[in-house]
Amino acid sequence: MITAQPYTPKEIMTIMAAREIKNGDIVFSGTGISMLAAMAAKNINAPESVIFFETGAIDSLLEELPFAVADPRIMYWAASNSRLTDSFATMQNKITGEKVIAILGAAQIDINGNLNTTCIGDYFSPEIRFSGSGGGCDVASFVPRCIAFMQHEKRKFVKKLDYLTSPGQLGGSNSRREAGLRPGGVSAVVTNLGVMRFDKDSGRMYLDKFYPGITPEKILENTEFKMDVSKATQADPPTKTELKILREDCDPQRLILGR
Amino acid sequence: MTNHLNKVMPLKQAIEQYVKNGSHISIGGFTLNRNPMAAVYEIIRQNIKDLHLYAHSNGTGLDELIGAGCISKLEIAYAGNGKAAPTCIRFARSIQNNEILFEDYSNYMMSLRFMAGAMGVPFLPTLSGLGSDILTKWGFSRSMRKSDPKIADKKLAVIDNPFGDWAEASKVVLVPAINPDITIIHVQKADAMGTCSIKGLSFADIEQVKASKNVIVTCEKLVKKEELRQNPDLNQIPFIHVSAVCHVPMGGYPTAVYGHYDYDSKYLRKFAIAAKDQNKNQDKFKKYQDKYIYGVKDHEAFLAIVGQKRIDAIKADPRTGYSVNMKRD
Repeated sequence: MITAQPYTPKEIMTIMAAREIKNGDIVFSGTGISMLAAMAAKNINAPESVIFFETGAIDSLLEELPFAVADPRIMYWAASNSRLTDSFATMQNKITGEKVIAILGAAQIDINGNLNTTCIGDYFSPEIRFSGSGGGCDVASFVPRCIAFMQHEKRKFVKKLDYLTSPGQLGGSNSRREAGLRPGGVSAVVTNLGVMRFDKDSGRMYLDKFYPGITPEKILENTEFKMDVSKATQADPPTKTELKILREDCDPQRLILGR
Repeated sequence: MTNHLNKVMPLKQAIEQYVKNGSHISIGGFTLNRNPMAAVYEIIRQNIKDLHLYAHSNGTGLDELIGAGCISKLEIAYAGNGKAAPTCIRFARSIQNNEILFEDYSNYMMSLRFMAGAMGVPFLPTLSGLGSDILTKWGFSRSMRKSDPKIADKKLAVIDNPFGDWAEASKVVLVPAINPDITIIHVQKADAMGTCSIKGLSFADIEQVKASKNVIVTCEKLVKKEELRQNPDLNQIPFIHVSAVCHVPMGGYPTAVYGHYDYDSKYLRKFAIAAKDQNKNQDKFKKYQDKYIYGVKDHEAFLAIVGQKRIDAIKADPRTGYSVNMKRD
């Protein structure tokens, strides 16, 4: 039994992701909960972080929550409205790229933090086809830190991806470097149950934090691969201040947090 | 491409002249923003088939074209249409049912491919995608690549950095240039010669235009040359790249055009619901297409059916460039 918490799973996920963002970070954001996490970080712990969209808008004034990375809401009061070739160059270029942290979603993740946003089943004749890489593969290839936002389910935390869209640690150990990629890819996985990170040497995912009311066993039950949980501790729950700012300043209409 | 002073023509004529069965095509915009929708609907009405579409992130236009059976080959990074369809519905179905040939790239790769085409070089390098299935899974066979002069012999190539480990890279991915037969974009302002001024994000429109053999521009406002020449810094596309200019107010509808109107989330949802039609005879989807595409003679007639009420609801606020507090479902 999970005892009732004074916050919803979406709220704790958003706060956990926001805590990953440091002051001065450039946050590559998608829409939905990832954008809310970027906004929460800016309002709570990283006031000088900058929200950045792959479409080319930098530091937009988000008076309304955008529903797409091409939403006209991101074009208002931006420092600059540029274009795709510029925005990806900003991430591929180490000078600015080192400061970028990305928040990504995926249909599947494996033990090495590789992501699938392309399909379920055979690539050429899939059972389910998804939208595809977009800028996901690019940012996971380029920048040192990425947060994966996932629902923690066995069918999503899989032994083998149906398609490797966005590179994490590839086969683990040195394989990312051997493939020619710089250090980077998914560095934290934030789910509705806990926060996972990656061992520096093996490149394998381990459980870092489980949420109050959740056990490591429950997390293992919802993960297809075997994961080290020996270092896991309980996460500090969202504080009253964090929740107040998230609810009152970031999503007062609960467009993303829901009712 | 000509440099004559007046390239203005009706959209119907421009599509007839420049978009043919089998054309390699790209359309401007990004997911639900600044798609050249009037042109997309005209292509569908003219029943042009077997198109080869190049896309970074496409949405509304792509899914209407696939839904109408206009596309047989697709090179793409992303197909989504905002909240209404996080994955484009007809796109997904056409792949699941093996109805089109397709190949996946990333957004940066596709943008670089257009840029390479615009630059006149055979490829550009990137560090994106090393170790991913984007490198290993090819949608077009080698024999098909060999037989079609418009398709590069390889999807992409990985080489060792010829400069050693200069710039801290041991390997690079080379992505081949794209030179579409035709690119169609929708912009806020153009003049009769084809010079364009885009407001807000330009996505990859500039590279797409400059890579293309022919370019059709549709515009919200057809303005005098003097108006654009007073502020050349605001013009992203000079007339030398443009073949035809078509004045089509609300030509991006139902996608957003910054400073003019928002996306119509109600319409996009209506399209998504129709596109989800699972019925074998496709009654619902056909009804949608008959009403909004085949049953109207042009974009103006389409907008008349949509109605003034929707058009007023999405009108952009002059301060922010979008429709403030618009109900978005």
